[in-house]
Amino acid sequence: MGNQHTRPRILVFSTDKISDPGIDQAGLRKIHYSPSVYVISLPCSSGIKPRWIMHAFNQGFDGVFIAADGHECSYSSKCPEYTNMIIEESQRLMKEANISPKRIRMAAICSVCAEPFASHMANFTRILAELE
Amino acid sequence: MEKKQRIGVYICHCGGNISDYVDVSQIKDIVKGLDGVVVAKNVMFACADSNQKEMVNDIVDQKLDGIVVASCSPKLHLHTFRNVAIRAGLNPYNYTQVNIREQCSWAHSDTPSEASEKAAGLILAGINRVSHSEALENIEVSSTRAAVVIGAGVSGMRAAIGLSQMGNQVYLIEKEYKPGGHIARWGEMFMDGKTGDEIISALLTKVKSDKNITLFTNAGIGKVSGSLGNFDVEVRISDEILNLKVGAILVTTGYDHYQPAIGEYGYGELSNVITLPEFRELLNNCGDTLNYQNKKVNSIAFIYCVGMRQTKGENKYCSRVCCTTAIHSSLLVHNKFKSVLVYHLYRDIRTYGKQEVLYEQSSKNGDIYLKFDEKIPPKVSNSKHRLLIQVKDELTRKQDLELETDLVVLVTGLVPGKDTAELAGKLKIPVGNDKFFNEIHPKLRPVETVINGVFIGGSCQGPKNITESVQSAMAATVKINALTKNPTIQLEPVIARVNFDTCVWCGKCAEVCEYDAVHPLEMYGKTVASVNEAVCKGCGICAPVCPNDAIDIAQYSNAEIEGMIDGFSEKVELKESAESEDEQSAVTGAEMKDQPQLWLRISASLQKESKTIPALVKELDVPANVLTYHLMTMNKYSLVEADGMDDSDEYYYYRLKNIQHDQN
Ligand SMILES: Cc1cc2nc3c(=O)[nH]c(=O)nc-3n(C[C@H](O)[C@H](O)[C@H](O)COP(=O)(O)OP(=O)(O)OC[C@H]3O[C@@H](n4cnc5c(N)ncnc54)[C@H](O)[C@@H]3O)c2cc1C
Ligand code: SF4
Ligand code: SF4
Ligand code: SF4
Repeated sequence: MGNQHTRPRILVFSTDKISDPGIDQAGLRKIHYSPSVYVISLPCSSGIKPRWIMHAFNQGFDGVFIAADGHECSYSSKCPEYTNMIIEESQRLMKEANISPKRIRMAAICSVCAEPFASHMANFTRILAELE
Repeated sequence: MEKKQRIGVYICHCGGNISDYVDVSQIKDIVKGLDGVVVAKNVMFACADSNQKEMVNDIVDQKLDGIVVASCSPKLHLHTFRNVAIRAGLNPYNYTQVNIREQCSWAHSDTPSEASEKAAGLILAGINRVSHSEALENIEVSSTRAAVVIGAGVSGMRAAIGLSQMGNQVYLIEKEYKPGGHIARWGEMFMDGKTGDEIISALLTKVKSDKNITLFTNAGIGKVSGSLGNFDVEVRISDEILNLKVGAILVTTGYDHYQPAIGEYGYGELSNVITLPEFRELLNNCGDTLNYQNKKVNSIAFIYCVGMRQTKGENKYCSRVCCTTAIHSSLLVHNKFKSVLVYHLYRDIRTYGKQEVLYEQSSKNGDIYLKFDEKIPPKVSNSKHRLLIQVKDELTRKQDLELETDLVVLVTGLVPGKDTAELAGKLKIPVGNDKFFNEIHPKLRPVETVINGVFIGGSCQGPKNITESVQSAMAATVKINALTKNPTIQLEPVIARVNFDTCVWCGKCAEVCEYDAVHPLEMYGKTVASVNEAVCKGCGICAPVCPNDAIDIAQYSNAEIEGMIDGFSEKVELKESAESEDEQSAVTGAEMKDQPQLWLRISASLQKESKTIPALVKELDVPANVLTYHLMTMNKYSLVEADGMDDSDEYYYYRLKNIQHDQN
């Protein structure tokens, strides 16, 4: 063992009602993705604080992925807009800390998005590996 | 806040679902040595009642102040373990569930050693989270045993009767002069053959004679304020305004018909082109001959999917019920007028479930089905005294066919009711991409909306037939009654909290809050933001916008989230093979799996009577974990089932499933 950090480490923020069930389903169906992916679920992607994202980078995460509800968000029709604002603010902070803006990504993941989630993870893992 | 000092950690094998890939035993040994952790155990099935009992004992005996269960998805057992905490006198919010099955052992079954590392990180994160967790109290609100049902179609009337039968006062609001919704005008309905009028009349008689139900017709909803348990709903009847106080609101406002554009398949330009609802009224009102504009109808062409499944247009969705309604209408034609020739020009046929029988019957009647492609729709034009239809039939080598019929019926789909957007605004409930009202989750929470206490049922949620409409409306009545039946309602405390020391009332949080939950409050000589607990949805949208980081969501504080990130990032050294042995891991895989004899012994023992796990352990003389594993596996395969709790309310009895004792 001991092969920590050989794959890019990704922190995923998911939403507990919509995208987390999709991520669970990937596991249920044994659709594999990188074991360096860690998930924190929240009520809504519009509630992610940029300081948490920066904390992840400071703790050695290579990328942050936001699995959002997109237009399916049940709290606010402006959710994609708010989440975008959070990403923009984070990217501003990342720039100050010399972190590539490519290290943060967002996609809408819903409760049946098992395959899309796994392919997003494969894709992001590849992108992050190339950045290194 | 002080960190928790006496945490219990339970890492589950889940039979082998977790432990076949994740080295649960080594992780337990690592966790055992951590600061603040006083109990660390591997358990065969965390959810088994024997383990729950053991957890309760640990919490009490060891004075635990936080617990972590690393097992399956919280979607399955969050409440199971919260209840364990409650039974042991621990605050349920000092418990954290870590998902090492769906998001670890199963997702990474291809890379077991990395799965183990990840599981360790997830568990360390859970421990950090629980160590920062707060003891929270559910929010308690009082409730009125009454509900408003908006829309008196078949869904709304049935729901009103249901709510009344469960003991609620019901106010049923219908905007039309006549209640009943769409179906009363259309004669016989599928699947049970009653007429729409019969169904509606029977419901209306019940509604009118029920003293718990007040029906308002020609009425509409005005302002709505308040929240779950205590809504204030303004009802407008002509110039009169009535104020109602209710515990919950059910929306059953139904749908509208797609209205074809002028010229769409000749509609509005060619006189013999009508829509399906228009045709149903014609059929319901005609006598012994089927005439349209004083001319006998000998042939009809139904054109399907009109206004629906548009790749380019507004309505992308399939309206689900129109295929069956069109086919059912053709059967009604045949029942009355045997010689009428019927063509069905369709894109796909969607007669799901029992409705397939209608499709089969129509084929047997000799109806002709022609499949067209969306890109090459049929063309309808005039030909002397009839209509000419040109269609490319996908199923006969894309031949161009020409038909002449007396009538063209456009199978128009169901679209959102025209009041949907306005009502959505008043009730603050969302609509989906299809613009129908949106539930929280189509499978998991199909009649709830994000607004606590506001429910949706029937075809206002999307196209549904009568059975489906009534089922969803009735599901909502049960949900409502569960809320209103007690004088108070408990809400989960996922809500925003403001740090009054750092808040400077800039109002930014109030600006983004769509639920109007934040208001200024005078406190200690300054203005601060204050959150209305009963209204706040806990979405967290207000948190990132605060320039002073003065607002956060309970259970999602900075300390909890950043603590989790720290846990994920901690370096753990796992050895290649587990050397640690304890009473749990001493049970080898072989012992767990290859015990067919034990199943027979358990079955034999349960033949006579139901037994608890301790009783079986004693009788069969096998270790408790081995017995639990096998009994739970038998439970999983439906060989045994739980049969109530024992007298001390500690253990379940188990019995064999489906045994017939007396076979004559
Ligand atoms: C041509 C056709 C034939 C059909 N045949 C069948 C069949 O044979 N069998 C079958 O199972 N299904 C059939 N259906 C489907 C059936 O019509 C629906 O399942 C049923 O009408 C749904 O009932 P509902 O109460 O949800 O909605 P609706 O029937 O639409 O009733 C909604 C009620 O709410 C009221 N309302 C709307 N807005 C407001 C407001 N803002 N305030 C107050 N009141 C309001 C309306 O006036 C109406 O009374 C058919 C559909 C069509 C189009
Ligand atoms: S139910 Fe049938 S007619 Fe209606 S939109 Fe779907 S496929 Fe088309
Ligand atoms: S955004 Fe922050 S500082 Fe401004 S009012 Fe809200 S809690 Fe107070
Ligand atoms: S959590 Fe959501 S509902 Fe609650 S105050 Fe903040 S924005 Fe409003």
